[in-house]
Amino acid sequence: MAELSAEGTERTTDIRADYMAMTRRKRLYSGILLIVFVAMMTSGFMLADSRNAGGFWDGWHNILDFPAQVWGEAWEKAAQLPGHLLTFLPALLETINIAAASTLLGALGAIVVSLLATRGMARWPRLIPLFRRVMDVMRAIPEIVIALVLIFVLGGGPVPAMIAIAFHTVGALGKLFSEVNENASLKPVEGLQSVGASWSQRMLLGVMPQVAPNYLSYALLRFEINIRASAILGFVGAGGIGYELKNAMSWGQGKFDEAAAIFILLFLTIVFFDQISSHYRDRLTRGRPL
Amino acid sequence: MLEIKSLTKAFGRNKAVDTVTFTVEKPAMIGIIGRSGAGKSTLLRMLNRLTDATEGRILFEGRDVTALRGAEKRAWQSDCAMIFQQFNLVPRMDVVSNVLHGTLNRRSTLATIFNLYPEADIHRAIDILDRLGIAEHAPKRAEALSGGQQQRVAIARALMQDPKMVLADEPIASLDPMNAQMVMEDLRRIHEEDGRTVIANLHTLDTARRYCDRVIGMLAGRIVFDGTPEQLTTGVARDIYGADAGFSESATSTEIGALERVPA
Repeated sequence: MAELSAEGTERTTDIRADYMAMTRRKRLYSGILLIVFVAMMTSGFMLADSRNAGGFWDGWHNILDFPAQVWGEAWEKAAQLPGHLLTFLPALLETINIAAASTLLGALGAIVVSLLATRGMARWPRLIPLFRRVMDVMRAIPEIVIALVLIFVLGGGPVPAMIAIAFHTVGALGKLFSEVNENASLKPVEGLQSVGASWSQRMLLGVMPQVAPNYLSYALLRFEINIRASAILGFVGAGGIGYELKNAMSWGQGKFDEAAAIFILLFLTIVFFDQISSHYRDRLTRGRPL
Repeated sequence: MLEIKSLTKAFGRNKAVDTVTFTVEKPAMIGIIGRSGAGKSTLLRMLNRLTDATEGRILFEGRDVTALRGAEKRAWQSDCAMIFQQFNLVPRMDVVSNVLHGTLNRRSTLATIFNLYPEADIHRAIDILDRLGIAEHAPKRAEALSGGQQQRVAIARALMQDPKMVLADEPIASLDPMNAQMVMEDLRRIHEEDGRTVIANLHTLDTARRYCDRVIGMLAGRIVFDGTPEQLTTGVARDIYGADAGFSESATSTEIGALERVPA
């Protein structure tokens, strides 16, 4: 096979030299960047380790002790596991309920706020920065802080947890939704404007059909996150499976079989909702199978 | 050299490619024609092993290509370059890097992510670009180039692979007539000057006639015509496309000359 000459013509000599210079510069930059990255990672790790009470190098080989003990106790009492799974099912349902209600309310709020905070779609364009900051605030405050305050005011139970998670969800989903909105075409909106449609009509009929699959996809992801969040809120007295987990997980009570059952339930729940959400996402983006 | 034996690809009950058998004895430029959905793309994708065959075998120089796995399969893919309708370049990388991707099979992952290609390879990439007339675009991002230029970058990437065979899946379907002609002439030169086999799916008859030594017609996954461009009469073409007497070749032509050649 005829190969190309290795010398190249006069014209390519310049191009070769220029390109090689560019490549060398790029390599130099990435080399420096790599060295800085490694140096910062190492020094940061050393600093953090020196300030640690225990120290990473002394403690890291104990990392498997807790899972090993949970596994050991659960294995010894394996016969009781199905019973435990049944016992904790109502608590799990409560946790999922909290997550579902808060995701639904949060997503509805997020739709409104995100539309109000998107350029080209906002009802009051001048107030876009205001709505953005509102979302920032909602995202910035951790669920657990809101939940603690609400539990203090309203007393323990699922309602404060639901409000706390919904509040955070509005901020988190609002940001994602408004990014989806930015990628939506404004042409249908303009078309509806030309026939004299109101703002809410334009949004519901012109924007929603375009963004619905992405909204659903993000909302389902948030739902999974919220299941975990509502389990954590159980630790501070919001009920649900988190409360049971907190009781079972304390050292030295011999209840690690219950903890294992709860972990299994949580894992199965996440798998279940992951499967469901990918199924519906697929259906929304590709259309119903004929 | 290349031997395809009752190659079949089934998607559920639907057979995209149905017991296709043909042989290529010596390097040639082969055009595959047929209407959309006839299985042309699936056939090429099976040759490159982008898609696995359901049944049948592909033998290249006596070696069963369909049975290759892992590193051997990737080595075959490197020997059998593919050019796509939508160019399939990495848009945010520069032209030379895109061409250098042709050597990925020979390089380690670590060296390639840090852009550490040997200088000789970089020089060769620029020479290939020069041969295709786009060397001055070498440092630009691929996305900054026009469609015709991007397709020539894709051809350069294919040449960088130093392949034994070049497959082109509708290489000119997204291009205007001028660029289409240049790309087809480049493919012809790859065959004539380098002696490589070129197999191209083409959507216009006159392109197949003008540039190919051999034309294969496909209909509903089967080969319905296999011969020289001269044997491809309008009647045969109507059969391949399942068209009636209203079918006119010049109406779909993308060749600049066609408008003058055939007064409508």
